[in-house]
Amino acid sequence: MSTLARPRGRRLAGLYGRNTRAVLERGFKVIKNQNWVVMLSGFFEPVFYLLAMGLGLGGLVGSVPGPGGHPIAYTAYIAPALLAASAMNGAVYDSTWNVFFKLRFAKIYHAMLQTSLGPMDIALGEITMALFRGLLYAVGFMVVMLVMGLVTSRWAVLMIPVAVLIALGFASLGMAVTSFLKSFQQMDIVALTLLPMFLFSSTLFPISVFPAAIQWLVMALPLWHGIELMRDLAVGHLAPATAWHALYFVVLSVLGIWFTAVRLRALFLR
Amino acid sequence: MTSRATASTDGVVASGTQAVIRAVGLTKVYGRVRAVDGVSFEIAHGESFGLLGPNGAGKSTTMRIIGGTLQRTGGVMTVAGLDPAESGPEVRAHLGVVPQEDNLDEELSVRDNLIMYGRYFGLPYAYLRPKADELLEFAQLAEWAKAKVGDLSGGMKRRLTIARSLVNEPQVLLLDEPTTGLDPQARHVLWDRLFRLKEAGVTLVVTTHFMDEAEQLCDRLVVMDHGRIMAEGTPRELIRGYSTREVLEVRFGAEHNAVAAERLADVGSRLEVLPDRLLIYADDGDAALRQVAARGLSPITSLVRRSSLEDVFLRLTGRSLID
Amino acid sequence: MADQDLSHAGASGPPGYAVADLTRLAASGGVPDAAVLARRARRWGWWYYIEYWLVNAKAWAVSIGLYMVVMPLVYLIALGLGLGLLVDRGVGTVGGSGGSGGVPYLTFVGPALLVATVVMSVGGELTYPVMAGFKWRRLYWAPRATPVSPQQIAVGHLGGVLIRFVLQSTVFWVMLLLFHAAPSGWSWLTVPVGVLTAAAFGAPLQAYAAHLTDEGYQFAFVQRFVIMPMFLFAGTFFPLSVMPVYLQWIGWISPVWHGTQLARQAAYGAVEPLWLTLVHLAVLLLFTSVGVALARRTYARRLGR
Repeated sequence: MSTLARPRGRRLAGLYGRNTRAVLERGFKVIKNQNWVVMLSGFFEPVFYLLAMGLGLGGLVGSVPGPGGHPIAYTAYIAPALLAASAMNGAVYDSTWNVFFKLRFAKIYHAMLQTSLGPMDIALGEITMALFRGLLYAVGFMVVMLVMGLVTSRWAVLMIPVAVLIALGFASLGMAVTSFLKSFQQMDIVALTLLPMFLFSSTLFPISVFPAAIQWLVMALPLWHGIELMRDLAVGHLAPATAWHALYFVVLSVLGIWFTAVRLRALFLR
Repeated sequence: MTSRATASTDGVVASGTQAVIRAVGLTKVYGRVRAVDGVSFEIAHGESFGLLGPNGAGKSTTMRIIGGTLQRTGGVMTVAGLDPAESGPEVRAHLGVVPQEDNLDEELSVRDNLIMYGRYFGLPYAYLRPKADELLEFAQLAEWAKAKVGDLSGGMKRRLTIARSLVNEPQVLLLDEPTTGLDPQARHVLWDRLFRLKEAGVTLVVTTHFMDEAEQLCDRLVVMDHGRIMAEGTPRELIRGYSTREVLEVRFGAEHNAVAAERLADVGSRLEVLPDRLLIYADDGDAALRQVAARGLSPITSLVRRSSLEDVFLRLTGRSLID
Repeated sequence: MADQDLSHAGASGPPGYAVADLTRLAASGGVPDAAVLARRARRWGWWYYIEYWLVNAKAWAVSIGLYMVVMPLVYLIALGLGLGLLVDRGVGTVGGSGGSGGVPYLTFVGPALLVATVVMSVGGELTYPVMAGFKWRRLYWAPRATPVSPQQIAVGHLGGVLIRFVLQSTVFWVMLLLFHAAPSGWSWLTVPVGVLTAAAFGAPLQAYAAHLTDEGYQFAFVQRFVIMPMFLFAGTFFPLSVMPVYLQWIGWISPVWHGTQLARQAAYGAVEPLWLTLVHLAVLLLFTSVGVALARRTYARRLGR
């Protein structure tokens, strides 16, 4: 009599319907219907931060040491960091809160899973939607940076794909984390862990203000690599470290996707 | 469609035809709770099969395992010859699912709910657009096509969910309490539609609390309780096997029922004492009533009725409240 | 022969039925007269709703508790100490907007962060939960079926939320003391200031949330175009005077700015003319009372007075 023991190579058997496209179509239809205004509004958050901290606080701070130790204006220092942080925030929000809500309350995925879609289609579709949103915001933010004269290198154009890469890393990881969550309360705790990462990862001030031990801790966290990578590209300061930061995110994304794939059953088939 | 002859040695054998759904020793365990506990059944192609049972009996869990949207803990499950745990998308391509709670997409319009659901099956727009209109007609929602789902009444949502389950022209329709929340008119219309789908060769799997619905819709049914199958057969067989032809209901007033019960212990083939009345199960209810009178007892009210599935259900699953 | 099957019909009656004495269940005599109950509810109904809110909030106790401790810690370390190092070394000075010379950035930003983070939390407490009360979970409809009035539900919900902010402000104030960021002996006044600011922003927000009938996507706008700008532009991180005059109005109309300025006076004795202090107080009280009045009216309308 057959049991449920699955051969290792067939982990994804029965989980993928090869129709991610339908999930995307639904996403775009929803955006088209009503949510595009809300969606656009998300673009303003990093811009407000940039204006307030850059122009307001920048007047008090003056200049700070940027990539390679060259002093740069405070606004130019935080702008790439804010782009990285907003890519993170958007991706995490989409892959935790949004997914959890659709899973538990709107029951969107229940309906999808009654059809020939599998959990993998949904996961890929939702991550892709998150990346699309990340891409839109990144382009918008780049335009703001251009207008404010904060783009000083041709390499800066790479900040857009890098924003998408950062979003991929966090979205795939976020979705795996969501598979462990059971309540909105726990969701709050996820948000609470992002706050220190946002504030400590050299977003608004260099990590050199911290003691060495804390510096090492921050340097292990993903956002710091995203921010450093963005900053290098913004001023065109390319060094071996730049490549390491990028590699960090590639590895993070691969791990995140693998982790999500492993957790698909726990996430959707419970 | 499977061409495998299912000469099943274990489980319930469907009468001679090919099984489209087959479960053997199906089990689902949540922590310490055995929601489904060794359930076996076969459902033949074109059959209308009912899962009856009180809340928490394991009906919906069984339904979700059939669709592969819940992992079973043990046992064998095949749908059209495929294991839903291994080939979820393929299995569900055959299925139409009406879940217990409507899970319509609140962010899409009524018509888009049908179309997008069809897209999830990979169906082309050229097929879906006319199909959606046809289904809206079927559900009598044509004038609501552009409305938001949130604006529909409960009954309309239910109709839309049922229409949606037909978008892929399924071989098997899984209906989890399909008529809960519908008014009597809508229930009868739905029963009529389901009957016609069955005539067109669709296999129906229905869970329900409503015994009249089970008698109307099901060729064969199982009664589940605590995750197990308590009885299995056609409605008629079940009534014959677990009840008598008729039931006599007599009331003597709350204080006198117990005393009367002692004196009537040997009337009919079974006696049940409820707080407000006595039920005497007998093949001839009028004869039983005459016996009651012959013992000098005069009930306040008396009623002779035919035995129903409800009697079977209560006998098998008890009268105490579940959960 | 009769097949005696009385398994479901023991002497105590079938399970699920008649376990309790129904006469006692229906009329034990323990319930006072309806007029007495109505009088109690008229007087204490708002408090009954607060009790209910507090019981409900238990489910969130752990996450709210963590939040109350972690948030001030993180903000004070990052923005007070980390960013403070840059600002204190930088080209400008802060504090003493009357020109009394600079204070450390940590001292300047600490009390402001207390007020600003409390207001940010208000954004979570009095938007979606209000809509859940009317619509998603219909939590308001249960007390509505009792002698408690809609107006009392409105006040009770706000009251429960403010109890949370008494705690949150107190924890933050203790953190300020631990960071030596509140040198004044009057610094405990930052706690009532924090709560008052929460009410001044919360009550109008509650009234607005109560008036919405659809899905609540407007809350994303409130978050992005009201709360976030208030956090960033209303004098938390730098004095309003640093901004161009045409942006300073953002502070003037923001409860956050008025609360922040009061909190700074309490925490380190920031100097301001007396009339301005009174204006701060008056604005916060005005926002609160107008908000409460509007919320009471809207609740009455939606719950069918």
